[in-house]
Amino acid sequence: MSTLIDREAVQEMVKRGAQLVEVLPAKEYEEDHLPGAVSHPLRQLDQEADQLDRNRPVIVYCWDSA
Amino acid sequence: MAPRAAARLESLGFDGIFEYKAGKLDWLAAGLPTEGENSKCPRAGEASRKDAAVCGLKDRLGDARDRAKRSGLEVAVVVDAEQVVLGLLRSKELEMDPNLAVEQAMRPGPSTFRPYVSMKEMADYMVEHSLESVPITTSDGKLAGVLLKSDATRMAADAAACTRKLIITADPAADA
Repeated sequence: MSTLIDREAVQEMVKRGAQLVEVLPAKEYEEDHLPGAVSHPLRQLDQEADQLDRNRPVIVYCWDSA
Repeated sequence: MAPRAAARLESLGFDGIFEYKAGKLDWLAAGLPTEGENSKCPRAGEASRKDAAVCGLKDRLGDARDRAKRSGLEVAVVVDAEQVVLGLLRSKELEMDPNLAVEQAMRPGPSTFRPYVSMKEMADYMVEHSLESVPITTSDGKLAGVLLKSDATRMAADAAACTRKLIITADPAADA
């Protein structure tokens, strides 16, 4: 079960090396994304998951909780 | 979308999956920097006046008017102790009986706008709806500043619009 975190925790975890992953479509990532985030759209996640480091925490986000 | 992504990554064997539940909208609403095409376009938060007059519900209207005059803006924002926006006093309300309590004169529940909306979109909206000033708030309703139409139109004149329109409001007519 994933852990829900807020904005302050995101900032702190990223400082400590967590991976930030935007799962929205690539076009929405190109328009605006959080600093340092990488794009792995939900529909491509199965193919792209291996690009993530399994030894570091992964933070996923989209527009909001929807 | 993020919950499904988190669930899928866990099913693929990842440990340590976290979900930023409030997401990109929350980040943008806090006025934090972003990267990408839109990061170059000016946004509402950049031009909002941080020195706008604020007052409480029980304050005397005359005192709110004095604060508004000192700020040089014809507006005062009514906030609670946490800076959550409760109402707005524009020129018309500020000129009412100075002995009224602010809550008796204010426009309750004004539309508020987020700092991340592009200046061009804000300027177009304010002109279309004849809004001289609007409160800019964070996603939890706290006042971040007041955007003047004059500032928005001036800054928008040479600015590109962000790719995505982000104004969401229920009843613009109620604010005019």
